Amino acid sequence: MSVTGANRVSATVVIERAAFPQLLDALKTARYKLLGPKLVNGAIVYEELAGAGELPAGWAEDQMPGVYKLKRRIDEALFGYTVGPHSWKKFLHPAVAVLWQATKNAKGFDLAAPPIRAQKLALLGVRPCDLHAISILDTVLGRGPYKDPVWAALRKGVFVLAVNCVEPGGTCFCASMNTGPRASFGFDIALTEVVEAERHFFVATAGTERGSAMLEKTPHRPARPDELDRADQLLANAASKMGRKLDTTGLKELLYRNHEHPRWDNVAGRCLSCASCTMVCPTCFCTTVEDTTDVTGRHAARVRKWDSCFTLAFSFIHGGPIRASVRARYRHWLTHKFATWLDQFGTFGCVGCGRCITWCPAGIDVTEEIGAIRHTESAKSRKEAS
Amino acid sequence: MGGVTMPSGKKPKLAVWKFASCDGCQLTLLDCEDELLALAEAVEIAYFPEASRAVVKGPYDISLVEGSITTPHDAERIHAVRRMSKCLVTIGACATAGGIQALRNFKDVKEFVSVVYATPAYIEVLAKSTPIADHVFVDYELRGCPISKVQLIELLGALLCGRKPNIPTYSVCIECKRRGIVCLTVAKDMPCLGPVTQAGCGAVCPGLDRGCYGCFGPKETPNTNSMSTIWATLGVSRADLTRAFRGFNAYAEPFRRESTAHEQK
Ligand code: SF4
Ligand code: SF4
Repeated sequence: MSVTGANRVSATVVIERAAFPQLLDALKTARYKLLGPKLVNGAIVYEELAGAGELPAGWAEDQMPGVYKLKRRIDEALFGYTVGPHSWKKFLHPAVAVLWQATKNAKGFDLAAPPIRAQKLALLGVRPCDLHAISILDTVLGRGPYKDPVWAALRKGVFVLAVNCVEPGGTCFCASMNTGPRASFGFDIALTEVVEAERHFFVATAGTERGSAMLEKTPHRPARPDELDRADQLLANAASKMGRKLDTTGLKELLYRNHEHPRWDNVAGRCLSCASCTMVCPTCFCTTVEDTTDVTGRHAARVRKWDSCFTLAFSFIHGGPIRASVRARYRHWLTHKFATWLDQFGTFGCVGCGRCITWCPAGIDVTEEIGAIRHTESAKSRKEAS
Repeated sequence: MGGVTMPSGKKPKLAVWKFASCDGCQLTLLDCEDELLALAEAVEIAYFPEASRAVVKGPYDISLVEGSITTPHDAERIHAVRRMSKCLVTIGACATAGGIQALRNFKDVKEFVSVVYATPAYIEVLAKSTPIADHVFVDYELRGCPISKVQLIELLGALLCGRKPNIPTYSVCIECKRRGIVCLTVAKDMPCLGPVTQAGCGAVCPGLDRGCYGCFGPKETPNTNSMSTIWATLGVSRADLTRAFRGFNAYAEPFRRESTAHEQK
């Protein structure tokens, strides 16, 4: 569960489209930096927003393995698209972070860590799969004796405005991973957007005191039963409209049994080991650390950068890389997401967002790869299972 | 391999050598405006004809070598440079892969010579343009056409204090994703060599809405075959695939193999 808690402190209300900008204005007045979806150069990405006017109203996208294409909607929905190439980890677990800097002085050197956060963050339009992704990273980076200070500082006090998914995309499979399409925890406010011929409104629920305080500042009224039914119906439909499916029964054991399955060679023939999948994945958290000095030798810095298990350096130890072949690297990644993660952190490492499928230049699809292994498991391996 | 740790008080001597090349890479050194003064303080620029006629005799602590080997004379000279250099760094696609002039490696150079020069007999040239590492041991290499100023400063900074330089060999995709650049292939059907090309440029071209040309050469374990399959689905012809892999790094083995595979006889 997320640190934002699961208690709903207010009844479900309706915010009309015309009043919606006031919700974001209220957050701005409360000194939050607004981060949310924005149309930039051919895709919907997450960036700082000035207000609701910058949301990609009336846009959607087609997503398929290796393909992402924006398209106009027939309506002016504010959240009528799914997830794009960015994930929220870019704000909470930055791609590049200076951990400390050192400057030489007469006696030795001065150490300094640059400030991590200037302003508290409001994440706007977080999808249920991504709520789970943030919660997974809370477990990985924010718990235990060695919390990541960067994550802790950036994550603290983050306001989460979740938006339920009424139109899943072509590579989505949150229903299979039990992470969506409805937000169940980890939000301050959750919205369901309803666009009809004559009306456009949001059904809103607060998940925290903070959330309900923000709702208070936005014109709203109690939701009528027919409005609630409408929103429920949209979400029920959404669950059956997932672009992808993944059978998770006995998945961990399936993968553990099939380390030598020929499918790994097959996928290695297509995989570029480009690491795009891991970069776009909202739960992939690996980093590398680079120590740098300038030519004067007076300044040094330790810089942390997103890294990937698809690189050779990632598994390099004395004598060479452990995972020299692409087969080994792809297998390692997929097995971590869908098997070893369970042993390590108690959940899958995948939330079914579909980003790795869409943004893989080779269009490699985790659900298809796992399906292929399941359907062509050798008799010998199946016997081990029983 | 390693740094150039000096007895205290002594500055390491830097030399810049030119073989068959366009000078663009060594000019990157002069382009380091912000760092140039600091660099001039940290090292003794002992041999750099492009910048100064003053010559300090060898041996040299750091030699930056630009250009490929294309003549019998240069094939000799590079050994002399190696003997005079404690740490030899090749800079740029010419020095690391043979450069654009390695396009002749796919044809008969004698024919070119006979067509281009009035008196072919005066031209003494090797059949192939080859990278420096085919001739002598190379300590470090900086890729690119031209090299990246950031990587050059990083490497010199590392050598000066005896630490490991951060010169990654993974894909350009990683740099794109860290910068939040939207993938051109996925979102715009644009052919891009980023997935098979070594990082280091900072994703310059994709950042400017152009597919990667592969000027940093093949990355570690490049799957050029899968790359070609993707380009073919984007409508790129086999002839154009050959051209795409025959750029500045045409003679780098994985690109050479891929371009030849699509060549129509
Ligand atoms: S593995 Fe793929 S589908 Fe699963 S969370 Fe990561 S990017 Fe999304
Ligand atoms: S699975 Fe796709 S995105 Fe991931 S490394 Fe391989 S080619 Fe790149």
